[in-house]
Amino acid sequence: MGDCNCRKGANPCKPEEQKAPPKDKHPPRCYTTVSDQKIEQIYTPTDIGSFNYDEKLGAPGEYPFTRGVHNTMYRGRVWTKRMFAGFGSAKDTNQRYHFLLNQGQTGLSVAFDFPTLMGYDSDSPMSKGEVGKCGVAISSLADMEMLFDGIPLDKVTTSMTINPPAAILLAMYIVTAEKQGIDRNKIGGTIQNDMLKEFIAQKTFMCPPKESVRLIVDTIEFCTKEVPKWNTISISGYHIREAGSTAIQELAFTLRDGMEYVEKAIERGLDVDDFAPRLSFFFNAHMDFFEEIAKYRAARRIWAKTMKERFGAKNPRSWMLRFHTQTAGCSLTAQQPYNNVVRTAYQGMSAVLGGTQSLHTNSLDEVLALPTEEAVTIALRTQQIIEEETGVINTIDPLAGSYFIEALTDKMEAEAMKYIETIDKMGGMVAAIERGYPQKEIADAAYHYQKQVEKNEKIVVGVNKYIQDGKLPIDLLEIDPEIEIKRNENLKKLRNTRNNSKLNETMAGLKKAAEGSENMMPHIINAVREYATLQEICDVMRGAWGVYRDPGYF
Amino acid sequence: MKRKKRILVGKVGLDGHDRGAKILARAFRDAGFEVVYSGLHQTPEMIANMAIQEAVDGVGLSLLSGAHNHLFPEVARLIKEKGADNIVIFGGGTIPDKDVAFLKESGISEIFLPGTSLDIIINWADNNL
Repeated sequence: MGDCNCRKGANPCKPEEQKAPPKDKHPPRCYTTVSDQKIEQIYTPTDIGSFNYDEKLGAPGEYPFTRGVHNTMYRGRVWTKRMFAGFGSAKDTNQRYHFLLNQGQTGLSVAFDFPTLMGYDSDSPMSKGEVGKCGVAISSLADMEMLFDGIPLDKVTTSMTINPPAAILLAMYIVTAEKQGIDRNKIGGTIQNDMLKEFIAQKTFMCPPKESVRLIVDTIEFCTKEVPKWNTISISGYHIREAGSTAIQELAFTLRDGMEYVEKAIERGLDVDDFAPRLSFFFNAHMDFFEEIAKYRAARRIWAKTMKERFGAKNPRSWMLRFHTQTAGCSLTAQQPYNNVVRTAYQGMSAVLGGTQSLHTNSLDEVLALPTEEAVTIALRTQQIIEEETGVINTIDPLAGSYFIEALTDKMEAEAMKYIETIDKMGGMVAAIERGYPQKEIADAAYHYQKQVEKNEKIVVGVNKYIQDGKLPIDLLEIDPEIEIKRNENLKKLRNTRNNSKLNETMAGLKKAAEGSENMMPHIINAVREYATLQEICDVMRGAWGVYRDPGYF
Repeated sequence: MKRKKRILVGKVGLDGHDRGAKILARAFRDAGFEVVYSGLHQTPEMIANMAIQEAVDGVGLSLLSGAHNHLFPEVARLIKEKGADNIVIFGGGTIPDKDVAFLKESGISEIFLPGTSLDIIINWADNNL
């Protein structure tokens, strides 16, 4: 019998709490969340103190939105089933989109390959071996037109997971719609466009933090005026969590990132109520069921209070935290991969009970490769079963009033606020990133968790307990290596056939804007329309703003 | 006193997944190795040069982007070309079983698949570097 070695400092378990001696080599069970928060054996009214319903919860659709952002929630509108997809060429991915739409999916979500994410064309030496592997390769407007071929952009909404070159992909989307005869004020969707969490966690970066934030504010300013239905940033905790943060760190760093963007946009001279309703969020759904639900509820409450009290927003839509959720890729195991279906189902359920606006459920094979069509279908069906069979959508925020859920929601709010105040004292998130603060906090948490798994203090079924010999056969999606060669030929052709003198004019305008302070968006749209490639535009930014290098904290 | 083994934990290519690499770097350090971490987005050439300049005994490559069949052999080729045959190269990440044989033929001594414990990797490095 011994100490269960919980996270030091926070809430260490007392050894006497574990009475039964372990029957096998596993240490005593520790009653903590996956993030190592201590959980009590039972929660009672004393755990929630003098609970004021209106102050803590309010009605759904009302401040502080703890119970949800809409007054009818899923009776009014069920969450959008938005499966993240992209692989190979634009043509391959276009076929997958048609398949998913035919299967009942209700929104599109584009996964780009690493060269696109980092602002390189498929034929760059940096792209070798990576083209089309992790997502779809998009190097110019020609690829974008192919990607959405036969998909009316006024009928679907599209989420694009793209960061350093987000403004360019948005420009390509606007021009693609234009070519379909659809005005930019009719298109809806989201660009991730959240660079702060890239420096913190996902690590697809291009230019330094300050210049990266400037480009984001350019897109906010532009869309506020010209593309009113577009969500200009998806402020993302997903990747922070995948990088190994705790639930509280995910909550705190994500919301503090959001506050940084709001501050910068206000500094630009925008009225908070003009742009804040178009900010959206993106969270992870990890294994710990109740911790996740409490996280979503706390997120809504913190954001509402912050927008109202800190930034003086008056429009209730500015107070609302709307969010997309993806189940936790890092929780999936290569061992006994069919167990991943079960993990994903519980995670998806927590997101729904937490009031998500849209959901991606991971496929069982994603720990090894991009998903096959069969695996994606099971993942989509998982959401459809939650909606159609389990009955959880019948009533709004069904766990409200639970002593445990309310106490945990309060605790997560309080702990996240401590982090937020610490970052405020450092001078904000850009300053905190420059000194490596969130990066190091996450690296510590990731290492702590891994050591717990190594010591069997945290159990991962099939990995450190219930291990099975032998492997179940599983088919994996393979990306055709020829795609790189084909794309190189296409790009060469594009460069020779476009109107290069017109293009050069637009590129000169772009360079001038980058070197000055004029909004970049109109210039990017002009360049994209003349078939400037992604990298050509990014190279202008790299030239004007410099390149950010990973400081490599570990 | 026995010389500490030196190891370069390398991230090659555009892949930004560094959770595993950083955990491994720390675990090696805690196990008594001298560790150099390359940071992200290195080319195979940069990794090879770093390995030689830092006079490491081993290079551990981590990759989750699917580009391992191109990037791992390229690192091995360049290290060999620069005359550092003594450097042992190993790798891990989201690598399907079927690619392991090809990678081993291409100069990678060992591949660790998802879910491998740190102990196994550290023991292997202890015995093979």
